Amino acid sequence: MLTRGAAARSNGLVACPDCDLLQRPAALAAGEAARCGRCGARLYERKENSLSRTLALALAALILFAIANLCPFMTLSLEGRSQECTIFSGVTGLAREGMGTLALLVFLVSVLVPFLRIAGLLHALALLRLAPGRGRAAFSFRWIHALRPWGMLEILLLAGLVALVKLGDVARIEPGAAFWAFCALILVNAAAAATLDPALVWRGLERRG
Amino acid sequence: MSAKAASAARLGLICCRACGLLLRARPLQAGAAARCPRCGAGARARKPRSVACTWALLVTGAILYVPANVYPIMQSELMGKTSEDTIISGVLRLMEEDQAPLALLVFFASIVVPLLKLCGLSFLLVSVQRRSTWQPRGRAALFRLIEIVGRWSMLDIFVVAILVALVRLGSVATILPGFGALSFAAVVVATMFATLAFDPRLIWDSLEKKP
Repeated sequence: MLTRGAAARSNGLVACPDCDLLQRPAALAAGEAARCGRCGARLYERKENSLSRTLALALAALILFAIANLCPFMTLSLEGRSQECTIFSGVTGLAREGMGTLALLVFLVSVLVPFLRIAGLLHALALLRLAPGRGRAAFSFRWIHALRPWGMLEILLLAGLVALVKLGDVARIEPGAAFWAFCALILVNAAAAATLDPALVWRGLERRG
Repeated sequence: MSAKAASAARLGLICCRACGLLLRARPLQAGAAARCPRCGAGARARKPRSVACTWALLVTGAILYVPANVYPIMQSELMGKTSEDTIISGVLRLMEEDQAPLALLVFFASIVVPLLKLCGLSFLLVSVQRRSTWQPRGRAALFRLIEIVGRWSMLDIFVVAILVALVRLGSVATILPGFGALSFAAVVVATMFATLAFDPRLIWDSLEKKP
């Protein structure tokens, strides 16, 4: 069984997630970040207007995600023939060539996980704003954090760039609408990560409980 | 160590890795799982069997690293020319084509990052097992670096996926995925799980037990 460390909390201590050192948190001005005195890990930050900004960016990310997955990513033209590809046709292409496992992996890290992370962020923040009850919001917010290493959109975009150069000598390749939506999506995702203050969300969810 | 530099575990406290809440550990009944009351994540003072799990996943990754580099990741048939590319020959080809910045990027993602994960994590595990007190801050920084760059080795897998989807014009131009791509993806997944299994707090534990 676990209970909240009442003694530690009344002393106002925090533990570093990377090295477990207990330390007293300092008051921060907006835009400042606190680091662990022993291992240098980032402990917490204070961000301005964090919830509204992140909510707006997550909404923008969801729209860009739809464009990025529905429109053609690249078009190849060679000797009068042309071939379009979307992100999903990258997945089905691998499956067709007998690489089902690899197709599943690419689908997970380039479509499903990025979608779940955007949707989970929207879900958690919207519930925090609108509705009481924290169970589901806490679940979403915890999983956004856990899935973080497995969302690989920015790597996919760079891979598109590598493919563009590799085929540049042989064929004509044009980036499609999805390519540009991807660029914007990665910027918006990075901005959402920068404006999000997880400690603030957790404190908010705690009060609701 | 002074009383000031005490870890949470030493004082019977657990820091939830998912939400950062500080919890008081109580003895558990057999089979009961400890959960953080705020976020619902499993909460433990240290990841269970961290060293053994990390070794197991790391050795898996190291074994798969051999076929990943020996077998071709793709076969291409462009304008009647058939060629096979392994991870390394892909980098060399980009260099020959005077695409130095891109070659450097692929070299970093496909060769430097996997080796950094295999060697770096092995080094961290050995140092933790030997209860080393050498440069803990540097080792913590190495682990954070591995955590951040680890996912980038997926780059070549995405390149293969895009090329296979894009280049399928029958006899004119076709690109097919190779067995090496599957092995390489398995290396990436195994080493990423190895990174997740490693508990960086172990680096600091040996420091605190010293007088």
